[in-house]
Amino acid sequence: MNMPAIGRRAVAGAAVMALVAMASGAADIAPADQRSGYAFMGRETRAMQDDDTANPGMLFVLDGEALWGRKVGDAAKSCADCHGDATASMSGVAARYPAFDAARGRPVDLEERINICRGERQQAPTLPFESQDLLALTAYVAHQSRGQPVAIADDPRMHPFIEAGRALFQGRQGQLNLSCAECHDDNWGKSLAGAPVPQAHPTGYPLYRLEWQGMGSLQRRLRNCLSGMRAESYAYGAPELVDLELYLMWRARGLAIETPAVRP
Amino acid sequence: MARTLINVPAKAARGEIIEIKTLISHPMESGFRVGFNGALIPRDIITLFVCTYNDEEVFRAELSPAIAANPFFTFFTVATESGTFNFRWTGDNGFSASGSANITVE
Repeated sequence: MNMPAIGRRAVAGAAVMALVAMASGAADIAPADQRSGYAFMGRETRAMQDDDTANPGMLFVLDGEALWGRKVGDAAKSCADCHGDATASMSGVAARYPAFDAARGRPVDLEERINICRGERQQAPTLPFESQDLLALTAYVAHQSRGQPVAIADDPRMHPFIEAGRALFQGRQGQLNLSCAECHDDNWGKSLAGAPVPQAHPTGYPLYRLEWQGMGSLQRRLRNCLSGMRAESYAYGAPELVDLELYLMWRARGLAIETPAVRP
Repeated sequence: MARTLINVPAKAARGEIIEIKTLISHPMESGFRVGFNGALIPRDIITLFVCTYNDEEVFRAELSPAIAANPFFTFFTVATESGTFNFRWTGDNGFSASGSANITVE
């Protein structure tokens, strides 16, 4: 696993070729059949998400709003000092993430973008993964895109990363020898131990998960899934997780952003 | 202070049954879990929630360790006169939070 990034991409690229040939029987979900995880939830959980005074994710959005205006770091700048009113400047942003970062030559997700801004513009320490502040800021930014369709840009520079994410999604891994696609492409709508299998569209992150009793990022969810498959989880911030995030968002094109979503 | 979300209708007709919803951020640590070092995480919960309507108590709940994080309460009362709803949450380690909302009854 310590291959240099270029080597890893090459291997992933080769794996894609093999997988595309192999997985041609398992079709992608037709656009008309695309459904958010919301559609698979019970009535009570849907009601909790729909009511902003019952949705516990809104507590984090409000925290994020306060953080947006707070001056931090050696630059003593707040997010608002550069970006102004988030309801205007951040509208639609989450629908485009993960997005390609030209300086880094790779896609970055919303959490990393916020931390890049903190490090470079605010000259503040980066926020740890899954910290309350990072989840709150991400939720506040993503909330400004609620209702807007996921619109990952069709950028040729992104294609290798989308393909790498697809390879991770479709490849079998772990002690159970399962792929993500076997559940979420081939068997969505059926039950797994009494719980419906959704289509794995990450439209509501960061979201409030009742099982967690708290907010969590898409990377946390992916790590959960991997340990459920008894596969080795990637570390937070690992390029594999960002590739997966990117592929999943690309796959969810057209579905509406729901942040902050509530999930069981 | 803990963040709260309070939903009381701004206006109601006299005698109308109104729904009140409150949400508060709190970890509700049960006291039964152990941390990574194997030591018990001390209990830290909200123990009492009280709602008053023009200083008269209309709803009270005693909370237990089995209640999930970020407790959400929804309950009903009769709109009798214009005034103020006050909400107070108290709990372990001296926890205290409060909020209020006004209603106009016509």
